[in-house]
Amino acid sequence: MNHNNKLLFIKNLTKIFSAGSFLFKSNIVAVNNVSLELNAQRAEIFTLAGESGSGKTTLARIILGLVRPTSGTILYKGRDITQIKSAKDWKWFTREVQPISQNPFDTFSPLNKVETYLYDTAINYNIVTNKSEVYNILDEKLKAVGLSWDEVRGKYPNEFSGGQLQRLSIARAIITNPSLIVADEPVSMIDASLRMSIVNLFKNLKEQFNVSVIYITHDLATAYYISDRIAIMLRGSIVESGPVEKVLNAPLHPYTKLLKQSIPEPTIDVQWEEEIQLSVTEIKEFTASGCKFAARCPYVMETCKTKEPEETFVDERAVRCYLYK
Amino acid sequence: MRSNPLSIVKVEELKAYYVSESYGINSVVKAVDDVSFEIYEDEILGIAGESGCGKTTLLKTLLGTIKPPLSIFGGRIFYRIEDEYRDILSFREGELRDIRWKIVSYIPQGSMSVLNPVRKIKDTFLDFMEAHRPDISKSEFDSLVKNYLGALGLPTEVLDSYPHQLSGGMRQRVTIALSTIFKPKIVLADEPTTALDVVVQRGILQLLRKIQREEKNTLVVVSHDMGVHARISDRVGIMYAGKIIEIGNTEEIYTNPLHPYTRYLISSLPKIGDKAYRTGVPGSPPSLSNLPAGCRFQDRCPEIKDICREEEPSLVEVNDNHKVACFLVSKGEENYES
Repeated sequence: MNHNNKLLFIKNLTKIFSAGSFLFKSNIVAVNNVSLELNAQRAEIFTLAGESGSGKTTLARIILGLVRPTSGTILYKGRDITQIKSAKDWKWFTREVQPISQNPFDTFSPLNKVETYLYDTAINYNIVTNKSEVYNILDEKLKAVGLSWDEVRGKYPNEFSGGQLQRLSIARAIITNPSLIVADEPVSMIDASLRMSIVNLFKNLKEQFNVSVIYITHDLATAYYISDRIAIMLRGSIVESGPVEKVLNAPLHPYTKLLKQSIPEPTIDVQWEEEIQLSVTEIKEFTASGCKFAARCPYVMETCKTKEPEETFVDERAVRCYLYK
Repeated sequence: MRSNPLSIVKVEELKAYYVSESYGINSVVKAVDDVSFEIYEDEILGIAGESGCGKTTLLKTLLGTIKPPLSIFGGRIFYRIEDEYRDILSFREGELRDIRWKIVSYIPQGSMSVLNPVRKIKDTFLDFMEAHRPDISKSEFDSLVKNYLGALGLPTEVLDSYPHQLSGGMRQRVTIALSTIFKPKIVLADEPTTALDVVVQRGILQLLRKIQREEKNTLVVVSHDMGVHARISDRVGIMYAGKIIEIGNTEEIYTNPLHPYTRYLISSLPKIGDKAYRTGVPGSPPSLSNLPAGCRFQDRCPEIKDICREEEPSLVEVNDNHKVACFLVSKGEENYES
């Protein structure tokens, strides 16, 4: 099979972590048989949504080449990223795929001026051949995120607000002209009032620079706003995926429905009626056989508790639920 | 709507500043600057605003935990204790300890750092009882805790667990149970759901509302998320740069927001089913140690007038349930024509 026309090709990817001592060993399947593809021709924003412990960050770390999957295939532009050995190939891969982390205060050391990160990225990845050009490049990238070289020069991270630092980390990520950005909860630490200005930047990256973005979040409202496609993760598995308008406007899986109903929207027209059930300890849901939502699902059937549902295709999307067999 | 709600807390002209000195230069951060408002009996009051607007400092002073560098530069905080309004800022430490957890209690932000990691939940409850209610016997307290957890819908098995064995949402609910077990009249909650996922957040908010509806006490919820306030608050106060700039019934605030900042806060949140372009609030808030003359929102305001740079607007009543501090409202449009 030729996967060269795919930017990212993931098939049956699984990652198992072992926890506990060897007597009481338990295996946690952080990523369970996940498949997804990103098209190379047209940039898109793909959202991985789910609660904490859903495996979305582990999946992101596998995509960034930081964690080795236990089994399955992951190809970036047709190349198996688990087989990248030489420093030269690794440099190619890290130039192509750039991360943005949740906490912008982690991205920049408080002891260094922020410009050193921008400068070093440009030099280390040979973006400029001549050192005098570097400031033009940096200014151009900073302008793309609404800042300028004059605002940044000589300053330390503590002189910026969280929102500005997150803009800087986006500027740093696009210095290498990547094809894919993996952003893990990029706005969850940003005030609600500034969130949209950061979210809009990702939209710009896609439209102006043709960069694909894997947007990892638990905030479905911003996911709806920026993404083209979405995958809902629950305890390692993708339970529903497809075009964002389909999945969020008319969710099929009971878990997606619960997520959607639980978003507090800034309007007084909706009120929560029924009380909801929460899981007491997470470990039980991880190790449960069958559908991981069975213990909390209002439509639970006997089969749900024993056997994990297969993927079925309904109305342009893939869903794992026995209700749609 | 209730007529003549009874105030349980009255805050008058409160000024709480952080004072620090380095290299002989004094810097004063005006975190809460000349704030007056009332908190009623049997209500949920929401306090909204960006980080650094002074909402946590306001809660700290309401609780009477004023430690350097924070100090009070003026104003009073009256609590109604046994039908008498008493200024807690004049209380001695012993008197403050007497009202804490019985009259006023506090739900902190990060539940991970509240519960002792090396003690089981039941031991934490016991420590708590010994510190605050030594008059209760241990067996009495045991059944009190079990009944209370049952009433809140928490499984009693959590008592035999260590904090790390519980999910984040369950830890936060245990913290809420701990803060409300002595049936305080006022509960102050600082960002109770900020680090939590939406489904867990919903569970926590429903629990808080359930406790308030049953006890008919007063809950003050601080959150930067206007979506949270729409779900649980009866009234909402919006803080900006150390001031309350708008306060009113939740319905009034969401259907008829008057301050440009409040309008931004509500309209900047995206909604499912609506992909229309949205922007955040432009710019950033002023430094609390170097405030401009006039309105504090002037540099970010889309409707700025000359007067906004000269005078500071005060909080004026729009109707019985709504107050706002903005010249767009307090000085009618005719003043600006020329």
